[in-house]
Amino acid sequence: MHTALDSLNAAMSAHPLLVQALAAVAKTVFMMTVVMLIGGLILSWVERKQSAIMQDRIGANRAAILGVRAWGLFHNLADAAKGILKEDFIPPDANPFLHTLAPFLAVSTAVVAFAVLPFGGTVHLWGQSVDLTIAPLPIGILFVWAMMGMGVYGVVLAGYVSNNKFSLLGCLRATAQVISYEVATGLTVLGALLFYRSLDFRDMVAWQMGHNLGQVPFLGHLPDLGAVLAHIPAWGVFLQPLGFVLFFTATIVEMTRIPFDLPEGESEIIGYNIEYSGMKFMIFMMSEFVESLLFAWVIVLVFFGGWSLPGLHLGDGVAVLFGHALPYASGVALEAAAMALKIVFFLWFQMLVRWSLPRFRYDQIMHLGWKIMLPLALANLAVTGVLGVLAR
Amino acid sequence: MPKPKMTFVERLYLPEISKGLALTSRHFFRNLWHHSLASLGLESRDRAMVTIAYPEVRRPYPLVARSRHRLTKREDGSPKCVACMMCATACPADCIFIEAEEHPDPAIEKRPRHFDIDMSKCVYCGFCVEACPEDAIRMDTGSFELAYFDRKGLVYDKEFLLNDDPHAVPAHAEPLSRGN
Ligand code: SF4
Ligand code: SF4
Repeated sequence: MHTALDSLNAAMSAHPLLVQALAAVAKTVFMMTVVMLIGGLILSWVERKQSAIMQDRIGANRAAILGVRAWGLFHNLADAAKGILKEDFIPPDANPFLHTLAPFLAVSTAVVAFAVLPFGGTVHLWGQSVDLTIAPLPIGILFVWAMMGMGVYGVVLAGYVSNNKFSLLGCLRATAQVISYEVATGLTVLGALLFYRSLDFRDMVAWQMGHNLGQVPFLGHLPDLGAVLAHIPAWGVFLQPLGFVLFFTATIVEMTRIPFDLPEGESEIIGYNIEYSGMKFMIFMMSEFVESLLFAWVIVLVFFGGWSLPGLHLGDGVAVLFGHALPYASGVALEAAAMALKIVFFLWFQMLVRWSLPRFRYDQIMHLGWKIMLPLALANLAVTGVLGVLAR
Repeated sequence: MPKPKMTFVERLYLPEISKGLALTSRHFFRNLWHHSLASLGLESRDRAMVTIAYPEVRRPYPLVARSRHRLTKREDGSPKCVACMMCATACPADCIFIEAEEHPDPAIEKRPRHFDIDMSKCVYCGFCVEACPEDAIRMDTGSFELAYFDRKGLVYDKEFLLNDDPHAVPAHAEPLSRGN
């Protein structure tokens, strides 16, 4: 046994390229599994069950395999079977190629954005340092925005090629809504980027881990309070509370979930996906869930310190939790758990918002976007910038 | 009606939203707690939800609830109905069809040869029950689940109306689904 492990170690140390290649494959497989499992399966179950529990109901629980119901988890399998077996209807006047392309465009742009999201810091394997990001891009957040902007093409295409007036109107609503909020989404997060001075998610998390509120200009100089603040990590949400609220709102708009679900309007006005059935319709649904995971992830990275856990410091091969030394592996596990918990919280919170609030009227959405969110985001950015200059 | 004026805090929107979210998340955590206790067998699941798992569980219907009709019987099993047409006359939906015939007993004038109720038209108003001078028709079978693949299944004839089994299905009807 030992010899096998030893020879593996020797082989790995001798071939640094092999380590990197294997790590790249492992990272991609891990990330895609997480995205597909959560976005494709778990979230639709969570949506059903969480809404049911919030509304004093049981939720879907009838699908069973050999009498085992497993809290309704099998409903997702039943859904998938239904989606695959259903007729894949393409309207006679629609362009079959574009009609088929649209759902894949919608979901693939959302999935591709995960390539730049780190799920951990840097680990050292056989003398190689491996970034826990599929593609460690220095302009990560710009890439996410670009993909977010591309996502609307799927929706527009779906509405446009369906040759149906209702879906055309739905995709017009989607376009207007997403484009209006694109500006606000970008501006809201800029305030936080002024602190981090980087567009790279790993740098943002590193900055938040390396600073505390006591080191922030103005806040740290407050009498009495400065010492207390020194114990609070400088997470983006504490530095940019307004920016966080605005960004969170804007992400819900970008996901086109309730209360901003006008492009679909599933309950009464009909949306862009009316001419879609079976698996293609479910792919549109899935892209919404994948986006919801994507934005929860981005929010955690930018505003909630990523994998940082207050009191935990990971050094070179040592982990320290509130002054006590821990085995390195358990420190890494704690960080991973912290990251996962934060993301789960935001997925839960997104669902909570989605099942609590009524939908906005269309003019209210435009009013909110152009007359409230945009000026607030600009003001937030200006104030942050001026304070930053004064503090120098 | 004039629109109620919103206060400044209400127009800020966020405080009101937080109130709403607090309410829904309170429900979420309370129900989650009760669900967890129920999964451990510590209490009944009823505290976590208001759902009645129909069709395994049915809520008890009040005794006065109007359900599918039945024709009451004499001691010899024949219908009490004397074919006086009161119910057919009172029926606002015009869905009772009676054909009378001579009764063999000279003390009783008539009896129904056919007595059909088209349940697809009935509005469950109960006027027929009120109108009947003989207490010959009642709506107390407790059966509500009238669903068939075919409208003919909803036309109940005399023979069918004479039974009071709530789960009975007319011989000529194909039931859509049976709960149990
Ligand atoms: S309940 Fe009303 S509608 Fe139905 S048969 Fe009786 S009188 Fe007619
Ligand atoms: S009112 Fe009563 S007795 Fe008269 S026809 Fe109707 S059911 Fe028969």
